[in-house]
Amino acid sequence: MSGPSNYNPQNPVLKWVERRLPIGGLIHSSFVAYPTPRNLNYWWTFGAILSMMLGVQIITGIILAMHYTPHVDLAFKSVELIVRDVNYGWLLRYLHSNGASMFFIAVYIHMFRGLYYGSYKEPREVLWILGVIIYLLMMATGFMGYVLPWGQMSFWGATVITNLFGAIPYVGDSIVTLLWGGYSVGNPTLNRFFSLHYLLPFVIAGVVVLHVWALHVSGQNNPAGVEPKTEKDTVPFTPYATVKDAFGMSCFLLFFAWFIFYIPNYLGDPDNYIPANPAVTPAHIVPEWYYLPFYAILRSIPNKLAGVIAMFAAIIVLAFLPWLDSARTRSSKYRPLAKQFFWIFVVVCIGLGYLGAQPPEGIYVIAGRVLTVAYFAYFLIVLPILSRIETARPLPNSIAEDVLRKTGSTKTPMVSTMIALAVGGALMLGAAGKASAADDSHGLTPPSLKWSFAGPLGKFDQGQLQRGLKVYKEVCSSCHGLSYVAFRNLSDPGGPGYSPAQAAAFASDYKVKDGPNDAGDMFERPGRPADYFPSPFPNEQAARAANGGAYPPDLSLIAKARGYERGFPQFVFDAFIQFQEKGPNYIDALMQGYEEKAPAGFALPEGSYYNKYFPGHSIKMPKPLNDGQVTFDDGSPATVQQYAKDVSAFLMWAAEPHLEARKRTGLQVFIFLIVLSGLLYFTKKKVWADAH
Amino acid sequence: MTSSTSAEPTRRDFLYVATGAVGAVGAAAVAWPLISQMNPDASTIAAGAPIEVDLAPIATGQDIKVFWRGKPIYIMNRTKKQIDEARSVPVSSLPDPQSDQSRVKEGHDQWLVVIGICTHLGCIPIAHEGAYDGFFCPCHGSVYDSSGRIRQGPAPLNLAVPPYAFVSDTKIKIG
Repeated sequence: MSGPSNYNPQNPVLKWVERRLPIGGLIHSSFVAYPTPRNLNYWWTFGAILSMMLGVQIITGIILAMHYTPHVDLAFKSVELIVRDVNYGWLLRYLHSNGASMFFIAVYIHMFRGLYYGSYKEPREVLWILGVIIYLLMMATGFMGYVLPWGQMSFWGATVITNLFGAIPYVGDSIVTLLWGGYSVGNPTLNRFFSLHYLLPFVIAGVVVLHVWALHVSGQNNPAGVEPKTEKDTVPFTPYATVKDAFGMSCFLLFFAWFIFYIPNYLGDPDNYIPANPAVTPAHIVPEWYYLPFYAILRSIPNKLAGVIAMFAAIIVLAFLPWLDSARTRSSKYRPLAKQFFWIFVVVCIGLGYLGAQPPEGIYVIAGRVLTVAYFAYFLIVLPILSRIETARPLPNSIAEDVLRKTGSTKTPMVSTMIALAVGGALMLGAAGKASAADDSHGLTPPSLKWSFAGPLGKFDQGQLQRGLKVYKEVCSSCHGLSYVAFRNLSDPGGPGYSPAQAAAFASDYKVKDGPNDAGDMFERPGRPADYFPSPFPNEQAARAANGGAYPPDLSLIAKARGYERGFPQFVFDAFIQFQEKGPNYIDALMQGYEEKAPAGFALPEGSYYNKYFPGHSIKMPKPLNDGQVTFDDGSPATVQQYAKDVSAFLMWAAEPHLEARKRTGLQVFIFLIVLSGLLYFTKKKVWADAH
Repeated sequence: MTSSTSAEPTRRDFLYVATGAVGAVGAAAVAWPLISQMNPDASTIAAGAPIEVDLAPIATGQDIKVFWRGKPIYIMNRTKKQIDEARSVPVSSLPDPQSDQSRVKEGHDQWLVVIGICTHLGCIPIAHEGAYDGFFCPCHGSVYDSSGRIRQGPAPLNLAVPPYAFVSDTKIKIG
């Protein structure tokens, strides 16, 4: 891709191939001999990190597609079965779902880096525009991927986003119908989204090839923003950039692994563990964190069409950046004003991300409008004016001089690195603090309890799981199903610790419907280990009829499908302390949150009960647990408090049966990655020793 | 870079080798779950548990087909003629020499239980067809006798006998 190759294979077979297809020379000139500026900092490793993430997403995605079923009745269940039954399915799913977030974190850093160092300027305009196209494709791919698990957020996200196109005058409705393949989001929509979600990553890969090609034609930009002039200004890609990128990737994997193994649901929404229900919209619907700034812009404009236009314009404007900013000096290092405005712009983006997660009311709407104006002003007013009035500081004469100058003082890059890291962290975490429905109808915040399975070394307490199972069996199971848990799971490692024989005996106490037999009749037989816990009602209608119109939810995933707000800044710390126990805290509190009489002034509907912790306080389920109701064999106290805690722990296991394996694997992965990163760091130092 | 002419391995070489080795170990460890996920999942394995089959409704000379682990299993209540035919042929003359006695359970000689998958390329042979009172595979013309042994055609092996045991005189447990 860059100039004539000096690749001369000695092996006769390679020679023969090379004369007919010079692929070796292409690889050699692109990734071995390719001259790379010697002053690149670690922000430049994000290109390699992004390539790695694209690979991770494609590989895990192809594998998940082997086990996934794109059908409205089966999609949610098939994803659950991947997590529960497929070998390492939990790992592959969490790799893919968190991988999407990591991909976006990396791409945002990559884009801000390009913005800061002026990497879009002549002669790299096409390179930059290709990047904007990749970003757009990533957004489409990420959106359609989020629809596939067919949870509540999937379904309502799909509904809201497809309805955006309804804003287009005259043809909007037809376009929406075309996207849906029906009268609403349904099975045809899911099928085509699956097909396109499989296709688009390969389109991205194709555009990435063009992106890299364009990069290798114009050469990399660098922190000084001056073009390499002599051999002294560059080093060969291999081993210099290769080992540096490898070190960057290894560090990024450490960050990635933290999410996969310790806080896999931190960036997700509990509502997406509730199967899609076209009849009920979640109280607070928010997109994935990486779309939040654009979502905030959309909501800031009180007109449907204008809002949609503004949202798309916020992305499209990036493509015009090379012409909006016509300053000669590339790097903001030498542009004192542009540098300040850059950081203000970063804060504006984070602010928009934060606002996108807030309810669209009061001060949030006004703040959203101010920041939307600020966002566009940066591109349309600030950059064009700055490029005319700003006096840049003197540039180094060459990259070599920049390197020499840098070895003298390393203070400034350190400071900017720290700022950028803090801002980047806040961006990600700030955006994660979504779904903050701060209306007063919400229940009290449940107290945080101590759980044996919390933290990096957490393990389930087998005795507690067995007691919790007993509470479920004797109390909860009369109304609530547990349909994703099979009897065989009771003897799985990391579970309640029964033997296969005990699990089989437990199963045989249940009557399971089977058939048809040879006569064509359905019949009942004793349960077998392979059977799932039978649900108490044959269908939702029967359940509602028996429960005063309320539908007792299936409890298989309830511990992951319920959450509550922790508030700022607690939710930021939660990422560091690995807090993942909202569900069990909530269930425990709910079990104990009943009050005999509603407080004065609270109108409790007929057939409802008052619960401090239930959102809205009016719950259809009567107080389920009473002291002395269940007798434990191990002498644990027969109190509501004990029952509530045990059944909450049991339901956490039911929702996340591989929690122990996940944390154990996580520890191994961390030790490995720390060793690898350390080795790569010293290798990098050795390789670069004579280049500095 | 300075090139080392010394034959002694240097500390730098050791670092490079160590880094490469650790990276290679990591790549191999990553490959493991990516390949392992293709094996049967836990629900498939659980569904492959042994099954019980009631033999009482199967009259002499009849057969039934049941499924176990996705495979069709022929259970044939053989006639006296079929048993005699199977036992009169010299075992050494067979392509895959096995005695009929070794393919049935002692004391239950009339019951032939075989996996109904042709050992040639996996088609399902038709029972009570072919020249040997056994099975005939329509795909490529393999002929099995009344003991499920290959007698003619391209199949190399006898029809496999699945693991099974008699729970009672009229009930077997396959698996």
